[in-house]
Amino acid sequence: MRIEIKFGGFGGQGIILMGNITARAAAIYDGKNAVFTPSYGPEARGGAASSNVVISEEEIDYPYVTNPDILVVMSQGAYEKFAPILKDDGLLIIDEDLVKLKNGEGKVAKIPATRIAEELGKRIVANIVMLGFFTGVTKLISYDAIKKAVLESVPARFRELNEEALEKGYRQGIEWQEE
Amino acid sequence: MEIEAKSHPLDRYLRAERIPHIWCPGCGLGTVLNCFLHALEETNINLKNLAVVSGIGCTGRVAGYINVDSYHTTHGRAIPFATGLKLANPKLKVVVFSGDGDLFAIGGNHFIHAARRNIDMTVICVNNYNYGMTGGQLGPTTPLEARTTTAPYGNIEHPFNLCHVAAASGAVYVARWTSLHVRRLKESMKEALNKKGFSFVEIIAPCPTAFGRRNKEPTGLETLKYYKEHSVIKHGIDPAEADIEMGGDIIVGKFVDIEKPTFDEAVHELIKKARK
Amino acid sequence: MKKQIKFYSGNIAAAEGALVAGCRFFAGYPITPSSEIAEHMALRLPQVGGVFIQMEDELASMAAILGASWGGAKSMTATSGPGFSLMQENIGLGAMTETPCVVINVQRAGPSTGMPTLVGQADIMQARWGSHGDYEIIALSPFSPQECFDLTIKAFNLAEEYRVPVIVLMDESVGHMFEKVVIPPKDKIKIVERKKPTVPPEKYMPYKAEDFVPEMACAGEGYNVHVTGLTHDEKGYPQATDPEVQDRLVRRLCDKIRKNEKKLRDIEEYEMDDAEVAIVSFGISARSSKAAVRLARQRGYKVGLIRLKTIWPFPDEYFEKLADEIKKFVVVEINYGQIKLEVERNVGRDKTFLLPKMGGEIHKPDEIYRKIKEVYNGN
Repeated sequence: MRIEIKFGGFGGQGIILMGNITARAAAIYDGKNAVFTPSYGPEARGGAASSNVVISEEEIDYPYVTNPDILVVMSQGAYEKFAPILKDDGLLIIDEDLVKLKNGEGKVAKIPATRIAEELGKRIVANIVMLGFFTGVTKLISYDAIKKAVLESVPARFRELNEEALEKGYRQGIEWQEE
Repeated sequence: MEIEAKSHPLDRYLRAERIPHIWCPGCGLGTVLNCFLHALEETNINLKNLAVVSGIGCTGRVAGYINVDSYHTTHGRAIPFATGLKLANPKLKVVVFSGDGDLFAIGGNHFIHAARRNIDMTVICVNNYNYGMTGGQLGPTTPLEARTTTAPYGNIEHPFNLCHVAAASGAVYVARWTSLHVRRLKESMKEALNKKGFSFVEIIAPCPTAFGRRNKEPTGLETLKYYKEHSVIKHGIDPAEADIEMGGDIIVGKFVDIEKPTFDEAVHELIKKARK
Repeated sequence: MKKQIKFYSGNIAAAEGALVAGCRFFAGYPITPSSEIAEHMALRLPQVGGVFIQMEDELASMAAILGASWGGAKSMTATSGPGFSLMQENIGLGAMTETPCVVINVQRAGPSTGMPTLVGQADIMQARWGSHGDYEIIALSPFSPQECFDLTIKAFNLAEEYRVPVIVLMDESVGHMFEKVVIPPKDKIKIVERKKPTVPPEKYMPYKAEDFVPEMACAGEGYNVHVTGLTHDEKGYPQATDPEVQDRLVRRLCDKIRKNEKKLRDIEEYEMDDAEVAIVSFGISARSSKAAVRLARQRGYKVGLIRLKTIWPFPDEYFEKLADEIKKFVVVEINYGQIKLEVERNVGRDKTFLLPKMGGEIHKPDEIYRKIKEVYNGN
């Protein structure tokens, strides 16, 4: 089945990397088909950043995300911009400290990703906390695959920190699923 | 007494089957080519590793007469073509031979950037003040007030001082002669060929057919006489002070001779570093 | 060596393909959406002993890769529409002097500056005859990062084999999308090198060809070759006033590609066995087209896809034959009808339908499906 995922936030949060890691994990380490398309053009400048991933067991023809099944947002702006295109039964994943929900949401999973990252000592790993959470919540990608993809994307001296961030997020994701 | 020569000492440098050349009587190009061949003879450059690249125009035909690997490219693009040639095969000695219009109007941007990068090549520019091959149109070096087919009332544009452009762009060797100064020109060509980096030799040359006859010098001889009377040798002066004006003196000499690392050396140094 | 699995964008995959093919010289000028190719070559070429140079413009870039090719290197540049326009002059010199080289054009929406960051496929005709005069080139069109890798290697091989500039007609979408790319072990990749002279210099005729393509002596090999953009004879010397020499030369330059069309043909057929209507597409548009064919097939429409991987030379004979079997052809492309002209020339105007897109976005499978329905039902 074709699953469309959109990651949104603001510049500097590592939103593009989230898409790249997710698709790479699915394509290389889980043996699925995956396409990653970063957003270029004016959209990628200044405030909003987004990246897009399509994952499928079958061949992927049309490469873009039009109506995401899963929307992961780490800024109010991205939430307001992309929530309207989320599928009706789609899943919304948010950084609860950065996104204030409006009414009428469907399925929502929340995590204070940035706060957790700060507690770990580096705000910059908020995206990795979020990726861990996303993995735990959706089970779209195996933990093993995402871990490999994360670790090969970060400098050696930050591996431990990133692994910890990923695992923290992942555990919360599993908990959310069990609830 | 009749003298019969079976061969000329410079025959091996020419594509004999291509002679006679296309240049007009009184044109300076034959003389310049002659100087160049003598310079080759005296520098002992391995001809197998010599490549001559030309653009379009009368001077652009030089490449076709020299018996080495020679490339007659598009208008203005001799220098970037030569850049690729040299960088792909660092063993080559690359000489660009072309005219003032080719190198400084349509190809002006390439000239300044190759000089800036200090690509290891020798650029020989024959400056006849106009586009001779196409019938004598205005060029980037046409002196103020000179008449050309596209400046029938006299030129109102300020010309480039080529040596000044070359020096300002970063050339490591810059010299100017007229086609009358055959020995000095040959010596400058030798120095330029032996120089590592971007070397530039400008030769002021007559174009009686297209330029001279519209500017009171209807024969090559008259133009050479003018060179004789008005050339002033000033080695080492700032080329900014060597502008060319109608009726004025022509300042010639070697203006720049400095040392600077070349792009070629830098790129191969970089490769060594990256391969480690 | 084992095969490797990478996760590359089309641009990076094309650059890696070039390196595998033996590219050791890149000259380019930054332009969206192709700059990642130059950036990647700047990083990677020195690691394999190659030279990267950023030139002052695309005129210079194209001239430099021709020079490098005569210096003995496999050479490449990459650009997009406005830069491709500037390169045309020296693409013509490349065709005339039979200089092997590769030009990647990551197409964006034009004309002129157009939409620099967004997709287009409107340089199809420019790729064929963008330079003046009669000549033929080869153009290939990848539809995935994997094919950007594969077809760039193929482009180098064809450039060497046919001594012609080969254009890789990518598009922004294919260039910027990331996907899995399988890199086969080195010994499983075919690499072609230009034919070198087999006779001593005094017997060598640089532009005499037994089988359309002459042997190539590069600078410094002792052959004293003269290479000119003027009309030249078999010796390489200018014969700029002899119509017979012109006739011989232009015929050979064109025929070496035209008469090898069948060998150069590269088409993917999808669901064509019993198709009554065929979609014709290429590049990113072929991905949406494939999705649309699946949709239509699920609903019982006998429709298939003809995907052109070789755009030029155009497979005239292939379409001529199909004209009897297929009722209608729908051309899906991100321009206002360029490949459509080629298709209708071969199968007839009444059988050819166009679903254009002016650029800036790709077709959605749904709209192609609607067009299939419309054409199928004869509206």
